[in-house]
Amino acid sequence: MRYLPKSPADRSEMLREIGAESIDQLFSTIPAEYQLRRDLKIPYQHSEQEIISYFRKQAEANANGYASFLGAGAYRHYRPVIIDALVQRGEFLTSYTPYQAEISQGTLQAMFEFQTMICELTGMEIANASMYDGSTGAAEAVMMAVRVTGRSRAVVAKSVHPEYREVFHTYAQHQGIPAKLVGYTETGRVDLDALEKSVTDKTACVLIQSPNFFGTIEDVKAIAEIAHRKGALLIVSIAEAVSLGAVKPPVEADIVSLEAQSFAIPVSYGGPYCGVIACKEQFVRQMPGRLVGEARDKHGRRGYVLTLSTREQHIRREKATSNICTNQALVALMATIYMTVYGREGLKELALQKLAKTQYAAQALAAIPGAKLHFTGAPRFHEFVLELPISPKRAAAKLLKKKIIGGVALGSWYRELKNASLWCCTELTTKEQIDAAVEVLSK
Amino acid sequence: MDNDGKFIGTPQKASTHVSQDERLIFEQSSPGKKAYKLPALDVPAVDAKVLLGEAAREDLGLMPEVSEIEIIRHYTRLSTWNYAIDLGMYPLGSCTMKYNPRVNEVVSRLEGIADAHPYQPVELSQGSLNIMQLLSECLMEITGMDAITLQPAAGAHGEFTGILLVRAYHESLGNPRRKILIPDSAHGTNPATAAVCGYQVQNLKSNPQGMVDLEELEKLVDDDTAALMLTNPSTIGVFESEIHKIADILHAKGALLYMDGANMNALVGKTRPGDFGVDVMHLNLHKTFSTPHGGGGPGSGPVACKKILEPFLPTPVLCTREDGTLGFEFNRPQTVGRVRAFYGNFGMFVRALAYILANGPDGLRQTTEDAVLNANYLRAKLEGIFELPYKTATLHEVVFSDRAQARNGIKTGDMAKRMIDYGFHPYTVSFPMIVAGAMMIEPTESESRQELDLLVDALKQIAREAEENPQLVLDAPHTTRVSRMDETAAARKPVLRWKAPALATPLQPDTAAKEW
Repeated sequence: MRYLPKSPADRSEMLREIGAESIDQLFSTIPAEYQLRRDLKIPYQHSEQEIISYFRKQAEANANGYASFLGAGAYRHYRPVIIDALVQRGEFLTSYTPYQAEISQGTLQAMFEFQTMICELTGMEIANASMYDGSTGAAEAVMMAVRVTGRSRAVVAKSVHPEYREVFHTYAQHQGIPAKLVGYTETGRVDLDALEKSVTDKTACVLIQSPNFFGTIEDVKAIAEIAHRKGALLIVSIAEAVSLGAVKPPVEADIVSLEAQSFAIPVSYGGPYCGVIACKEQFVRQMPGRLVGEARDKHGRRGYVLTLSTREQHIRREKATSNICTNQALVALMATIYMTVYGREGLKELALQKLAKTQYAAQALAAIPGAKLHFTGAPRFHEFVLELPISPKRAAAKLLKKKIIGGVALGSWYRELKNASLWCCTELTTKEQIDAAVEVLSK
Repeated sequence: MDNDGKFIGTPQKASTHVSQDERLIFEQSSPGKKAYKLPALDVPAVDAKVLLGEAAREDLGLMPEVSEIEIIRHYTRLSTWNYAIDLGMYPLGSCTMKYNPRVNEVVSRLEGIADAHPYQPVELSQGSLNIMQLLSECLMEITGMDAITLQPAAGAHGEFTGILLVRAYHESLGNPRRKILIPDSAHGTNPATAAVCGYQVQNLKSNPQGMVDLEELEKLVDDDTAALMLTNPSTIGVFESEIHKIADILHAKGALLYMDGANMNALVGKTRPGDFGVDVMHLNLHKTFSTPHGGGGPGSGPVACKKILEPFLPTPVLCTREDGTLGFEFNRPQTVGRVRAFYGNFGMFVRALAYILANGPDGLRQTTEDAVLNANYLRAKLEGIFELPYKTATLHEVVFSDRAQARNGIKTGDMAKRMIDYGFHPYTVSFPMIVAGAMMIEPTESESRQELDLLVDALKQIAREAEENPQLVLDAPHTTRVSRMDETAAARKPVLRWKAPALATPLQPDTAAKEW
């Protein structure tokens, strides 16, 4: 086996030095009746060449060469080549969690930069070193708000990503966190009157997404006022991180749960992605996940360490803020490098391109006779909800024939939008692709 | 080196070399530098103020402005401050720091795999689904289980999912029960998970051999016990040889056996948890199945279970459709619900499957045997130098204690720091908690005999230093860019982000020199 650095002679000499007669002797504590005396029924040992051709075959069995208008929480963006060049350095790729600070300064400093950039982009005072993804991050943010406020109820906007809401529900049901769902108005924004009625002095937090699942930018300030008036915290989930290049950060929020997948992380059939929680500094002790802080060594040299670990499970066990251990360090590094590549000007330019393409596509598709856009009464960033004269299913079939994957149908999540689909553009979407989709659907 | 003109020692490495003094990226930023170029916009440009109104953002504040070469240098320099498997051995107990094959990285980046969108039609996702299906089949065969979900994002997330299955199972019988039993040797995620799932944690003491005390277990298990969360082999590397009795005691009271699969690298191809009575378990693909740790993630924590727990698996569940193609089943009335958006850390599935294919049945068995051989070799070579608190035979890892060295004031953490000077990552320090001053060593199969001998030499030398020159050990490490950090001060007044100098106290110039 090519990954194993031992010759048969090494093995027998080592056994001799241990004083064991055979390798089986080392496994003798496993009761005989449970020892596996046969080969595992799994594929035979493959050469590297065979492995690559197996996966090539699978890659070919997926969509290839299709134009795509899919978004809904997973966004295709161009990935600058230096990102993979850097994250594939063995020193980053094959290092462990940086508990040993003296030999982990590379990862630690990069995470400190990540935390700083996330603060800067989200308008929050502190950020952690990443969570699994946006869906679990939002659920953890709610649990955090419950700890901060000592209250146990949550109010969740219906315009939060439906799968994020499902994950939240899974987490909340055993924590005794009853949740109330608040709908949206014809603008696509949270129904403020309904929200006002739902938030009480028992509410720990209000969870919204902005830009929301429909691409609409919420009135964060108004929602924050409603929440704060009753002493509840406002959590803003952000699924399309590129929006922060053009959309005002939700500074009125108490906690922001960001999915940073847009920052150079491949859509990769849904994962791994990169969640992160950012918040006001006063909540730091209730923050889940790893935090990197600045420190000095005995010579006064600046360096970085994992800090405030008394919040974490390896110290606090059942009293920890969360059971999270592993985070998304390597993908957080991808995001860090991506944010550095685009930086102060580039993220803005990128966001504006996305805005322009989305605007063009929305107008062009809405101009198809019988088509209409939903939620036009409020500003929209990255996605739009489109209703066509034909059903989403028929539209999808027509488009697929021309190698176009249209927007994702909304019916399975929103009954009231069963004739509509959610379309997304990024800087990778071309005018040609948009025009082609319009042409197919106009016929 | 040279400090105000005074020579203070023989330098082995210049502390002022540019690569050793890399500043934060923000400190290299200046307006107008760029590392990107977007294609020309092919649709009409828009005015953000018109489209977004009040929601339009003015400025991105401190986001860096640097060029491409600066980024390459910056992160390359930072990378050189990291230790990594590619540089040497990581004998971290219970972490299974094995070689991360490069072909895994190549296949996970193939177009068609990396670009697959989670909502593209299943007809156009058969490749992704085939990968998930084959990985699921392999993992079920390896664990001896009947069903699996790949959705959990990491080990602790797998524990969460597994305990939710346990809870849903008991609820379906009318009572979720209140307690989860956890041995005192367990990883901290176990009790944290039980708490997150709404269970009370009941501590189970280990017997003098470091194993589950059957009498104690018998006493504690009652009709209110939902499950025992057991790591097998345990965190001291010992296989619970009476595992079937443990399972029987639990099952007799209707409780379930959860296995933390963190130490599965000791078992693959040699025995199967499903055969020895485990009802539900998680795997860490970033341990046993070689996906890279990446400085702390991403992981992946599939959960395998017996038939009785299958109805409760998170949705969606991978299924074969009527036409023989693969798809997802969403409508499962008894499901615990989703634990993550989409289907899990798919990129890790690709890597883990590539690892399984590279090994095959013979390779996986040999891998396990080599991992156990390596650990036992280290145990034999180091016994006598360090105290071995549990004499029980061990599999893939061994836990020593610092008792002999502590008499001289040298603790496990000090010796761990000194290992760095010899070119090794420290072993796991002070865990498991049942061993005072624990030194937990797991070499994995990825080490050659030569590497193991080098580690043995280093540890012997450190033990000698602890006797003869304890200060040398107490001050370690001596060869790193920074020495031991003041973690207490860092936690007292946490600085968790960089601020522009105008807003923060000016940085002190880094004039400190090495003293060795």
